Amino acid sequence: MTDPIIQVLDLVTSYGDLKVLDGVSLDISRGLITVVAGSSGCGKTTLLRHLIGLLKPVSGQILLGGRDIVTMSEKELYRIRTRQGVLFQSGGLLNSMTLAENVSLPLKEHTELEDSTIQIMTRMKLELVGLLGFENFLPSQISGGMKKRAGLARAIAMDPEILYFDEPTAGLDPVTSAEMDQLILKLKKTFKMTIVAVTHELSSIKNIADWVIMLDQGRVIFSGTLQKTLVCENPIVRRFLDRKPGQVVYDSQKYLNAITGMSL
Amino acid sequence: MIYQLAGYMGRKSLSVMGELSHGAMLINETIYWLFLGPFKKKGMRWRSGIHQMVLIGFEAIPIVALISLSVGIIMALQAAYQLRRVGALIYVADLVGISITRELGPLLTAIILAGRSGSAFAAEIGSMKVTEEVDALVAMGLNPVKFLVAPKMLAIMLMLPSLVLISDFVGIAGGFLVAVGGLHLNFERYFTQTVHALMLNDILTGLTKGLVFSMIIGFVGCHEGFSVEGGAEGVGLRTTRSVVTGIFLIILADCFFTVLFYLFV
Repeated sequence: MTDPIIQVLDLVTSYGDLKVLDGVSLDISRGLITVVAGSSGCGKTTLLRHLIGLLKPVSGQILLGGRDIVTMSEKELYRIRTRQGVLFQSGGLLNSMTLAENVSLPLKEHTELEDSTIQIMTRMKLELVGLLGFENFLPSQISGGMKKRAGLARAIAMDPEILYFDEPTAGLDPVTSAEMDQLILKLKKTFKMTIVAVTHELSSIKNIADWVIMLDQGRVIFSGTLQKTLVCENPIVRRFLDRKPGQVVYDSQKYLNAITGMSL
Repeated sequence: MIYQLAGYMGRKSLSVMGELSHGAMLINETIYWLFLGPFKKKGMRWRSGIHQMVLIGFEAIPIVALISLSVGIIMALQAAYQLRRVGALIYVADLVGISITRELGPLLTAIILAGRSGSAFAAEIGSMKVTEEVDALVAMGLNPVKFLVAPKMLAIMLMLPSLVLISDFVGIAGGFLVAVGGLHLNFERYFTQTVHALMLNDILTGLTKGLVFSMIIGFVGCHEGFSVEGGAEGVGLRTTRSVVTGIFLIILADCFFTVLFYLFV
C-alpha cells in the first residue's frame, strides 16, 4: 500500500472502563476506497468519529497529510473540515432547512461565491445524487434513502479530498443500496476522492472496497485488499464473510452467576 | 454506608464541576462569537438572528402585555387596600410605577421568556444533538456556537430589555385603569404623580436586570441543549431543567441586583 493520506498510530479510547479502541494502527491510501468493517460494537463508528475529529482519543496519533489532528487547535481543525465531507448514518440533514438550503449551506458559509453560482452548484450536486426537483422539500418529507443521498450531496458540495461514510447502505432496500454503491464508485472515479466507509454490509463491501480493514473488539484483526480479504483464513474474518454465528460456549456455572447477578 | 455516601458526594460534585466547566466554555466561546463575530466576514448570522428576534420578542408581546396588565391591576388594588386606611390613596401611583419598573417588569418578562424561549433553545439544540445535526455542523466545519448560540443570544439580549419596556408601560397602564376606574382618582393627578415618582434610574436599573436575565436564560437554555444525552427522554429532561434552573438563577440574580441597587443607586 502506497501514499497514505491518513495514518492512525496506536489509537486508544475508552468510554469509562470499557476500552472501545485498543491500540488501533492503520493506513488509508489516497484515491482508494477503504472499508472499515466489523460486527456491531467493534468500535468502527467510534474510529470514524475520531478520524473526523469529533472525539479525542485517550492516546495515540491520527496523522492527516503528516499532521497530527489530535493535538491540532480547534481553529485548524475547522479549516481542515472544510476539505472533507461526511455522510452520517441518518444523513445528518438540518431538519429546519430545505434540501437546497442544506446543500448550499457549506458553500454559503465557506466561500465567497455569488448566490447564483451557489444555486447552480447546488443543483449540480443534487443532480449527481438523483434528487433534482426535490430542492424545496424538507428532510421530513422524503424517504430514508433520499435523505442519505441528500446528505451525500451536501458532503460533496465543497468537492472534498476525503469523503467519510458512516454505514452508507444500512437500512436501505437492496436496489437503493446498489445505487448507493454505484454512486460511491462514481465519486471515486470522476472526482478522485479518497473514500473511507464504515459498514457491515457484506454486499456493499464486495462492491466498493479496494482495501478492507477488519475490526474486532477494538483491534485491527485484518488489513488487506478485497481479493485477499475474501480468501483470508482468520477465523473471525471468515465468520463475518460467511455470516456464521460466533461459537457460544455453554458454561452452566457462568450462566447461573450471570442471571442471578452474583459474581464468584 | 459511609463509603456509599462519600461515593455519592464525589460523583455529584464531579458532575456539577463538569457542568460548570462546560458552561464556562460555552460562555467563553459565545462571547467570542457575539462580540468579535460581527467584525469578521460571515462571523455573525444576521438573518438567523432576526428570525430569532421575531420568535423571542415579537411573538411574546401579547403574553407579556397581558400578564403585565394583570399584575399592574393586582398591584394597584393591593396597594389601595393598604393605603386607603391612611388616606394616602394617591400614592398608589408611586407604588405601582416603582415596583413595576424596578422589579416586576423585568422579573415577569424574564420568567415568561425562560418558559417560552429558554425551553425552546434547549429543545431545539437538544433534538439537533440527538439527530446528529450538531455533529453534522461540526463535520461541515461550522461552529455550533457561532451557528446556533450566537444568533439566539444576540436576539434575546436585545429583545428582553425591549419587552421589559413594554411590560413597564402596560403594567403602569393597568394601575391607571384601577385608579381611574375603580378608585375614582383624577386621571391627571394620577398621571403627574406617576411621572414625579418615577426617575430615570428606576427604569435603567430595571433594564439592567433585564439584560442580565436575558443572558442567564440564553446560556442556561443553550447549555442544557448541548448537554442532552440519549434520545427523546433526554431532550424532555433537559428542557424542563432549562426552565427550572433558569428561573432559579433569575431570582438569585434579582435578589443580588436588588440589594446592589438599593445600596448604591
